[in-house]
Parts: sequence; structure tokens; C-alpha cells
Amino acid sequence: MSEDNSFVRKEMISERIPPAAERGLVKWVRENLFSSAFNTIMTFISLWVIYSIIVSVTPWFLNGVWDAKTVRECYDLLDGKSGACFAVLKERFPQLIYGFKYPSSEYWRPNLATVLLLIALAPILFRRLPRQLLIFSAVYPFLAFWLIWGGSILTSVSAFLGCALAIICYRRFSSGSFAIAVLVSLIAANVWWIIGGYIVDLNKSLLALEVVPSRDMGGFMLNLLLGTIAVCLSIPLGIALALGRQSGMPIIKWICVVFIEFIRGVPLITLLFVANVILAFFFPPDTSLDLILRVLIMMTFFNAAYIAEVVRGGLAALSKGQYEAADSIGLDYTQSMRFIILPQALKISIPGIVNVSVGMLKDTTLVSIISMFDLVGMIRGPILSSTDWNGVYWELFGAAAAIFFVVCFSVSKYSQWLERQLETDKR
Amino acid sequence: MAEKLKLEVSDEIAIKIQGMNKWFGSFHVLRDIDLTVNRGERIVVCGPSGSGKSTLIRCINALEDHQSGQIIVDGTELTSDIKNIDRIRSEVGMCFQHFNLFPHLSILENCTLAPIWVRKIPKKEAEETAMHFLEKVKIPEQADKYPGQLSGGQQQRVAIARSLCMRPRIMLFDEPTSALDPEMIKEVLDTMIELAEDGMTMICVTHEMGFARQVANRVIFMDDGQIVEQNEPEQFFNNPQSDRTKLFLSQILGH
Repeated sequence: MSEDNSFVRKEMISERIPPAAERGLVKWVRENLFSSAFNTIMTFISLWVIYSIIVSVTPWFLNGVWDAKTVRECYDLLDGKSGACFAVLKERFPQLIYGFKYPSSEYWRPNLATVLLLIALAPILFRRLPRQLLIFSAVYPFLAFWLIWGGSILTSVSAFLGCALAIICYRRFSSGSFAIAVLVSLIAANVWWIIGGYIVDLNKSLLALEVVPSRDMGGFMLNLLLGTIAVCLSIPLGIALALGRQSGMPIIKWICVVFIEFIRGVPLITLLFVANVILAFFFPPDTSLDLILRVLIMMTFFNAAYIAEVVRGGLAALSKGQYEAADSIGLDYTQSMRFIILPQALKISIPGIVNVSVGMLKDTTLVSIISMFDLVGMIRGPILSSTDWNGVYWELFGAAAAIFFVVCFSVSKYSQWLERQLETDKR
Repeated sequence: MAEKLKLEVSDEIAIKIQGMNKWFGSFHVLRDIDLTVNRGERIVVCGPSGSGKSTLIRCINALEDHQSGQIIVDGTELTSDIKNIDRIRSEVGMCFQHFNLFPHLSILENCTLAPIWVRKIPKKEAEETAMHFLEKVKIPEQADKYPGQLSGGQQQRVAIARSLCMRPRIMLFDEPTSALDPEMIKEVLDTMIELAEDGMTMICVTHEMGFARQVANRVIFMDDGQIVEQNEPEQFFNNPQSDRTKLFLSQILGH
């Protein structure tokens, strides 16, 4: 080859901006909306569909009537125009939120409990907040019970002290056998609660709030109550079930497998009917277990069974090497679960746990079928069947959907944020 | 090839294995293993894949259980008693082929976790120890990073430091360089050589024959779950006795 192939660059080429059609908005529109003839057609069809929806729905919203006493007054005001009758939301707002029996003078109590709930959840959801706030989170369930159900504060205080006593006993004995520590703390707590029962009976008026029985709870407050408690209780129970299912001890493993498979194999609504009707047969006649409590037990079991399977997936996704490394540096079972296995497995399980839990939150509306007046129960029952608001479906169910959407969407956004926070194993 | 290390071996027995057998189901992985390791010995175990060499060292810290025979580590016999197992595991360090660092913990946390929770050492002291050993493996500046941000060689050196933080009396290495790029093998081997110079009792499953010649005072060749030949490296490489050993050496040193 005689041709000279050698080349030496004299000057380095400096960076230049790309051509106008290849940057910014123009590039995005070209690539995403008009990249081919078919896509261009689809873009125009989509734009037309969006346009027609907006055109038909906007007047319904804009003409909406917010001040009326009945649905007929609404139609008179609309005078033949298409428009929503939002007045029902305004007039029945307390019923939608608190149900129709919660005394209106006491609305501040669930309101306060909700605000405090956010404060109590904050240190659990956000690791950066000072850890001392967790003390409030521990006290909160007892405080919330007192606020929502009322009665003497002694009941809550006694329940709290029983739990505290159980934890102290567990700490005291946990250096020995795990089983003995659990047994001692259970006995201590129960003895305390029996004694506490008499003490509470002595003074029923100390800081007493008006008692609101469970059957008077309703509206969205009931959904939030059931959803929050069921989700909070089912996560630890679900983790325990998942670990139990992996256990080397055959009886524990067997119990967990049967529990999970049974609960998962039954529709939630069946379990709720069981809670409503059949569960009462199993208790002595005079110990009428609260209906909310029975429903809560079923919902917690149901959600826990699903969470257990999600967590099991997370545990299975970890490499065997993680278990071996934890063993090889001398960590015992509890330590390796707590520091090595569960933090990683739960991180993998977050989308699944949130998925199941958001589902649970929405499924709390099923209680309307066993004649509890939650948000949907209120709409289907007292509101729609009243002669005043007969036939106002769209506005009411739309509002219910909007309320649930706001809550569930925030939960899902939080979980996405948390996943990003925990992303340490990627480069 | 670097100078052969001349190191003292004491008479004290660190590990004693007698008539040990192990089965995976009906598959007889380890057959009548007898092995005594004195304190300060550096033993290299080699052999074809599937010969049971990894399983052997995994039996020593009870990552695998054995079905018959005795394993005595540091005077404690390995039985199914969980207390004995935990004691032995905190005395015996182990490095894995795939490092097995904890990806959700920083390098420093990887190193301090076990000392704090198993040895109950105060956090500050554990961190000082961790930094000491991270300096020893020459990566103190990575302490606040996460394992995913480190190269393979660096991760393996962290894994060694993590084991050392428990101040083990015996170190087990399960093919520590097999998953590494050629460039990174040297940095890990250098760390292991330094460890040997400090008098650590070591059992290494490895195919690094240069390392075996330089560091080991005994090479064990395993095949079909049994110890076929063991000798000083000089003798082992230059004058192998069994035909199986000769074949193996010709395969790995042949090119």
C-alpha cells in the first residue's frame, strides 16, 4: 500500500450545541408525538378525545350548585342546564366524614386524633426526624383510643402501662430464653390489666370524655380508622408469618403455611361476614366483642397473609451469600434478621407491601355490606335513600373516589420516595 | 517470584478434624477427612471443581454441617449446640468468592456491625478498630462509601477487613480471587500475604499456585471428596507422588 494513511490532529474540536431541530421542546414533540404517520394520526385522535371530554365535563363542574337544601332546589337553580349538584357534599359533609351518629359537639376529637396521627407517623416514615419523637408514636395509639371512643383516660393509661410492663419484662429476661421472656411479659401484662381493670372502675370520671360506642362511628373516619390500624398491625404480623414460613421448626412453619394459605384462599367479604355474624358465637354471651374490633381482626389477618407472601418474595430474592456472611461473622438469628436480612428484604418488598396495603385501605369500604356506615355506606344508605338527595350519584361517588385517591396517591408517592432513599446498592 | 516466606509454626493445635464425613443427600461429598492444623500454619487447598474443597472449609465454621466424625476448632468441638457454633464463628473469619458484603450498609458499618453486636464493643472503639484494619488493607478513604461503589478487589479487601475486625484466630478463604479481574487479584493476594506475615492461621482454597509457593507451608490436594496428597509446596509442585496430582498440576501449570 503506497497511500499515506497517517494523520495527526493539529487542533482539538471544541464542543458545539446540537442543531435546532435536535434539542429542547422541538425534539421532544418530534420524537414523541409525530415520529411516524401512524403516530401523528394517533396524536390528533387523542387530542380530539381529550378536547371532547373537557368540553362536555367542564360545564357540569362550572355550573355546579353549591347552595341548595334538596335535589329539587338544585334542579330549579340549574334551570335545565347541565350541572352538578355539589350542594349535597356541603350539606352532608359531617355525615360523609364522621357518620350520622357521632355527636357533632365532639367532632374536634377525631380531628385532633387525625392531626396527631400525622405527627406520630412522621418519625416512622422519615428517618431524618429526631428519634425522640418515637416516644410519642408509642403513646399515640392509646391517646387516639381515648380521643375517639372517649371515657376515662385511666383505661388508656392502664392499657399503656400494661404494654410498657410487658416490654420491660421482655428486656429483663431476653438474655435467657426467648420463650421464657415472652411468657413472663405476657403474664405480667395480663396480671396488670386485671388489676388495672379494678383501678379504672374506681374512678370513671377522671378526664372523662363523652363515650361514643363503636356502632356510632361512621363516614370516612371509619375507613381511615380501620385502614390505618389494619395496615399498621398487619405489617409486623406479616413479617413474622413470612419468617415463620421459612423456619426450620416444622410446627411453626406448618402453622404459618396453613394460616397464610387459608386466609388467602378466602374472599375478604366472607371473612367480614364471619366477623359480623359467626365470630360472636365463639365468645361467651356477655363478652360482646366490639364489632369494629372483630372487623379489625379479620382485616389485619387478611392483609398480613398477603404481606407475608410479599415479604417471602423479598427474602427469596436475597442471595444465600448474605445469610452465610451474616452467620460467618458470628451474628445470631435475631441479629442477622434485624441488621442484614430484613432491611434488604423489606426494601425489595416495599412496592408489594404498599400495593397490598393501599388495596386494604380501599377494601375498608366493603364494611358497608355488613351494615357499617363508612363513607360508601353513608352514601348508599342514609344519604341516597333520603328523599332530599335521591339520585345524586355522580357527585357523591365522585367525591368518595376523590377522597380515596388523594390518600392512596400520597401513600404511593411516599413509597416511591422511600425506595429512592434506600437505594444504596446501585452505583 | 517473590521470596518464600519463612514463618514460625507453633505446636499448638488450632483445628483438628478426625474421620469426618459429609453427605449432600445421598451424595458423599467428604470422605474420611483427617486434618490437623497448627497455629500459624498457612494451608492452601487445591483440586478440581467438585472435589469438596469449599465444602471442607465451610464445615470448619459450620456453614455446612457434617454427618460423622469430629471437628475441633480452638478446643471447642463443633456439635449442633448453637452456643458452640456461635463461639466458633466469632473466632473464625471467612472470605467468600463473591465477597458477600452487606450492600445496604456503608463500608465502616460493614466492619463495625459484628464487633458492636457480637463482641459488645463500644461503637467508638469498634470504629477505631475498623479504621485500623481498613488502613491495613489500604482503603481507609472508602470508609463512608457503599459496597456497590467499590471495585471487586476493593470489595474483597473490605471483606477481609470485616473479618479481621472480629479479631479471629483463624481465617478461611474460599476462592477469594476467582471472581476478580486479573489486575485486582494482586492487591487481594498482597493483603493475604501481609496477613500471613502477621502469623495468622490461614486455610485458603485457591488456584493461585504462585501464592501457594510463596506463602503456604503445606499444600493439600483434594479429589472426589478425599485428601489425595499433602506436602510442603516445594515437594508438592516439583515432586508430586500420586498420578492424580501429576495430572492436575500438568493441567493448571501446563501453559
